[in-house]
Formats: sequence, structure tokens, C-alpha cells
Amino acid sequence: MTVFQPYISAASALALSASLAHADPALMFDLGGKFDKSFNEAAFNGAERWREATGGTYRDIEISSEAQRVQFARRLAEAGSNPVVVMGFANAPTLEEVAPEFPDTTFVLIDAVVDLPNVRSVVFAEEQGSYLVGMLAAMASETGTVSFVGGMEIPLITAFACGFAQGAKAVNPDINVIVNYTGSTPSAWNDPVRGGEIARAQFSQGSDIVFAAAGGTGLGVLQAAEDAGLKSIGVDSNQNHLHPGSVLTSMLKLVDQAVFDAFTDGPDMETGVVTLDLAAGGVGYALDEHNADLITEQMQEAVESAKAAIIAGEIVVHDYRTDSTCPVF
Amino acid sequence: MSAGRKLPEWADITLVPLVSVALAFVLSAGLIWAIGESPWAAIKFMVEGAFGSSYGWGYTLYYATNFIFTGLAVAVAFQARLFNIGGEGQALVAGLGVALVCLYIPWPHWSLALLGASLGAALFGALWALIPGYLQAKRGSHIVITTIMFNFIAASLLGYVLVNILRPAGMMDPASPRFPAETVLPRMHEILSPLGITVSTVPPLNISLLIALAMCVAVWFLLWRTRLGFEIRAFGESEPAAQYAGISPVRITVIVMLISGGLAGLMAVNSVMGEQQRLVLNAVEGAGFIGIAVALMGRNHPFGVVLAALLFGFLYQGGAELALWTSIPRDLIIVIQALVILFTGALDNMVRMPLTRLFAWRGAR
Repeated sequence: MTVFQPYISAASALALSASLAHADPALMFDLGGKFDKSFNEAAFNGAERWREATGGTYRDIEISSEAQRVQFARRLAEAGSNPVVVMGFANAPTLEEVAPEFPDTTFVLIDAVVDLPNVRSVVFAEEQGSYLVGMLAAMASETGTVSFVGGMEIPLITAFACGFAQGAKAVNPDINVIVNYTGSTPSAWNDPVRGGEIARAQFSQGSDIVFAAAGGTGLGVLQAAEDAGLKSIGVDSNQNHLHPGSVLTSMLKLVDQAVFDAFTDGPDMETGVVTLDLAAGGVGYALDEHNADLITEQMQEAVESAKAAIIAGEIVVHDYRTDSTCPVF
Repeated sequence: MSAGRKLPEWADITLVPLVSVALAFVLSAGLIWAIGESPWAAIKFMVEGAFGSSYGWGYTLYYATNFIFTGLAVAVAFQARLFNIGGEGQALVAGLGVALVCLYIPWPHWSLALLGASLGAALFGALWALIPGYLQAKRGSHIVITTIMFNFIAASLLGYVLVNILRPAGMMDPASPRFPAETVLPRMHEILSPLGITVSTVPPLNISLLIALAMCVAVWFLLWRTRLGFEIRAFGESEPAAQYAGISPVRITVIVMLISGGLAGLMAVNSVMGEQQRLVLNAVEGAGFIGIAVALMGRNHPFGVVLAALLFGFLYQGGAELALWTSIPRDLIIVIQALVILFTGALDNMVRMPLTRLFAWRGAR
């Protein structure tokens, strides 16, 4: 998981793209939609940032059913969009079906790997970022209990939970980590009320720091923490500003950067697997004016040294997805 | 007098839904206009996208196939005045049945696989509906509550099975492996090409549509041409009267729920086997709930269900094209669907009463 392939080859990209028609990039969101305050919205923000920076135009589309995955990916490629950025691991089979039909179109898949010559697969080392915020949680906790609210119990989210628990136990081996998941239907990703309920249940079990990796559901978790006077950790984008003083930090997963890079690199980007880990700056923890008072210098030092150790390979954070087990559960 | 109070049957079946749909579309056009888009262009995109090509037709009919199954399921149950809103869960569990049949039995040919998968789907769906049916019949637990709860149990069960059992090692997506090539159902272009008709090869429309249509005829025959159907309808009209006539409420409730669950389950043949070729978490994606609207609009009659399913297929595919080629957000498409449901279901009398008065006035002249 720590293979980092540099993939910006601006000079050759420019030279080649001159020969192609002016193809606009396209972005296909996963179920959940453009404004999910999380994964898809981060992609949208990346695309918007590209539009503002370059003045270019792009096409975007939200799917609303499983059958539309293949339908829309194909329609975007047919319409001449290039590259076509497709969000979410559920679209790996989509590209396996569609990408071979359009060998001249470059596809980008975020969050899963498809091994095809015209596909760039972008995956994140979520366990590493989660490890760092797990350390911060353990250092900030006064009760010795921290908790995690996931969206659905799927390997991706369990990888967040596992990384978080590893980080917390690295600081305090006796710490108690409570792990709960919101549900098993798609609404689990967008149920802030249920998220708040779960967070309150965890607070009643002694947790004083809660980490949410549950899309829109997490907003309810963050709110519940503020209402209870406790602390929370946001996810994906920097959510520190949502409840300044209550959000301890955010586990950053720079989906927006991946989309921005894909759009910038254009149709002639380097394909293959791109792993965005701590070394590549694809994951991390957020530090800004909203949580400057919450993270002491001592905490920051500890996290920074762990970060350096992970990048250097001295600390290996176990990725749940590799063998479906977690050493600390 | 009584003739003046009632609509002629043809008007009840055709005119009321048509006027309702027209009203919903007029209101939707107003909405589209209000957000600064051209309603005329939007409707053109939808109609052309859904019916303008064999590509559009293929998708429209694919969605309609799903809705026919789930609509029939609701309609059959409603004939016995049982409100089965568990089509979603029944179809999910049926998807599991389809996956097990396709993955673990080596089928020599798709036709046998189709037979096996249909039986598996109907069996799993029926069993999932049996429990709420039995609880209703024996314990009086309200079917609405239990079927809703069973939707969530089905989703959790499927999540567990997919993540922990069926998911191939190392795959991130909670989904089953792809089904073997022998279980691929023939798509519409393969069925039509021997007849000399060439259609787009892209849409997932497959042979399940024919099963859906056959089921419509079968349900019609069952309800209006057999003794069981008569018992079901008698039970629905009046339970005490049916009981007095020697019809067992327990038996009818359980049988109706089995049939209903089986029909909802057959939807999985279309979506899981016909389209995705693997079982995913979100295989049903709301078709179970759309089925309620379809049955409501189709007056709980199998042929009405076909027409209503076609309308919702049109809304799905036309809506997708609208989202693809205009900047109208997909939420507006959901609003349009909601308006159609609102007008055909909840505001039924708003259309019916003026129409009845109109007919009464004409009759009086």
C-alpha cells in the first residue's frame, strides 16, 4: 500500500493533448450524490477548483440507480468527455465493462483498483490518516475511552476503524475503543439523527472523543459531541470549522486533490495505480485556526514523529483490507 | 341516481389516471420553468430519451420490468386488503436466492439457469414474506409494521452475507463474484435479431420482461378465474363475510403473502441476473417502494400495473437523460415522480369528484 507513483508529467501531457480535440473532463458521482458533505462533495470541490484555476468546463453527473453506473459512464465516454473520473469502489466493475470499449478515453477510478491500460486507479491509505487521528484522540481523551461511528460495516470503513484503534492503542495500550456502525442500507451514509443517537450512546459508555467516518451521518455525530460538551473528529475534508472548539481535528482524505490532479493531467495522464498515502500527502490530519487551542504542542510533536516514522516505514499501520483482520480488535 | 354518482368504468380506469398524470406534469413544468429551464425542452429530452430510440426503450422497459414485478406483488396482497410494503426486503433476499443458485449450481444453459434462478428468487422472496404473513394471520401483528421491519432485517442480512461470506477475498466492494457465463440471460437484441429486428445492444433489458408479462396474465387469471382468487377477493372485501362463507383468514393471509413475496422476489431475476450479473448491496434500489405507487396507480389490476410500470420506467429513464443533458438536478426528477404519486394516489378524489360531476351533468342532460 505504500507504493507511490509520481504521475505528473506535464510536459509530455501538453505536447500530446495538442493533437487531440479539446475534450472536456467529466466526473461521475457515486450513489449519495454531489452534495453528500463527504466523498462526492470533495470530488465536486476538486472539480470546481480546477474550473476556477483553469477556466475550463467539465460535465458532471449523479447516478441514482445501479443500472446507471454503466449507462452513464458509457454515455460520458460516447459524448467525448476525456478523462472520465468515476467515484467510488462500487464502480470498479463499471470500468471493467466500459473502459475496454473506449480505448482512447482515459478513465480515473477513485477508491478502487482496476487493472486496465486506460484506467488510473487512485486509492488512499485511510488507515494511516486514521492512525494519526487515533493518536490525537487517545492523547486528548480524559476518560480513557474513545469511539468510532462508521457508516456501514464494509471493508473500507472497517479500515478507518482499525487504523483509528491502532493509533489510539499506540498512545495508550489500555484505551477502550468503542466501534459502532450506523446501518446496512444506503441511508446509513446520510442519517445525521441516527449518527447523533449512536454518538450519545457511546458518550454514555464513557467515550469523550468520537471519530465519524459515515458521510452525512457524521454531521449528526459532530453536532452531538458539541451538544454534550465533548470532542469529535471529522473525516474526508477538513470539518474543523463546523464546530470550532469541539472538532478536535479531521482525518483528511484528499479526494478533491485526486480529482483536481486528474483533470489537470488531462487525457494523456499516466495510468496505473496511484496510492495516496501519508508520504504522498493524500491523507493526514487537519490543523487550522479552529482547533489550534485543542492540539497542544506536545500532541503535535508526537503525531508528527509518528507520521515521519510511518513514511519512513518504521511504523507499519495494518490495513484491514489486506487480510480482513485487525490486530487490535 | 346511483349511475350519476359513479364514473363509468372506462373513465375510472383510463381518464382518472391520465388526468392525474397530466396535472402532475403541468405542475412539474411549472417547477422547471421556475428554476429557469425550459419545460418544453425538458419534456422533449425525457420523451426522446425514454422512447426516441431502441436504446431509450431498452432502459425504459428494463426499469418497467422491475416495477411490474413489485407492482404485482403489492396489487395481489392488496386484493386481500393486506398492505405488503416489504417488497424491497423480499426482493433483496430473493437476490440472495438468485446469487446462490447461479454461483453454486453448475448450469449447462441459461434457460435452465433462468428456471432455477426464478424458483430460487420466488422461494426466497416468498419465505421472507411468509414470516410477516404468519405473524399477521396468527398473532395479529400488523403486516405494515412487520414488512417494513423485515426490509431492514433483509438489508442487514444481505450486508452480512456479502461482506463476510460471498465477497471474494481482497475485493473492496461488498458484492458477490460475477456469475458464470452460462447464467447470462439473453438480452432483447439477441431475442429480436432472429426476427430481423435490430435494436441497440446496450440496454440491460432481457428476457425477464416476458416473465413479467406472463406473471401479469397469471395473476389476472388467478384473481378473476380461480376459486382461490375469488376467496382472496372475498376476504379482501369483507373478512367476516368471507369467514362466514368458510374461507379461512389464516390460510388466505399466508397464501397471499407467499404469492406476493414470490412476485416481489422475481424482480431479482431481472436486476441481479439480467443486469448486474452479481449481487450487490443495493440490488433493489427502491423498486419495492415504487411498486406501491405502481399498484396504487394501476388500480391493483395486473394490466393497470403494466401501464403504471411503463410510466415509472419512463420517469426513470427520461429522468436519467434529463440529468445527463441538462443542468436540471436529479432531485427535481424525484420531485416529478413524487408529484405523479401524489396526484394518482393521495389526491385521487381531487380528479375523480369533478369528473364524476361532469359525467353526472352530461348524463342528466
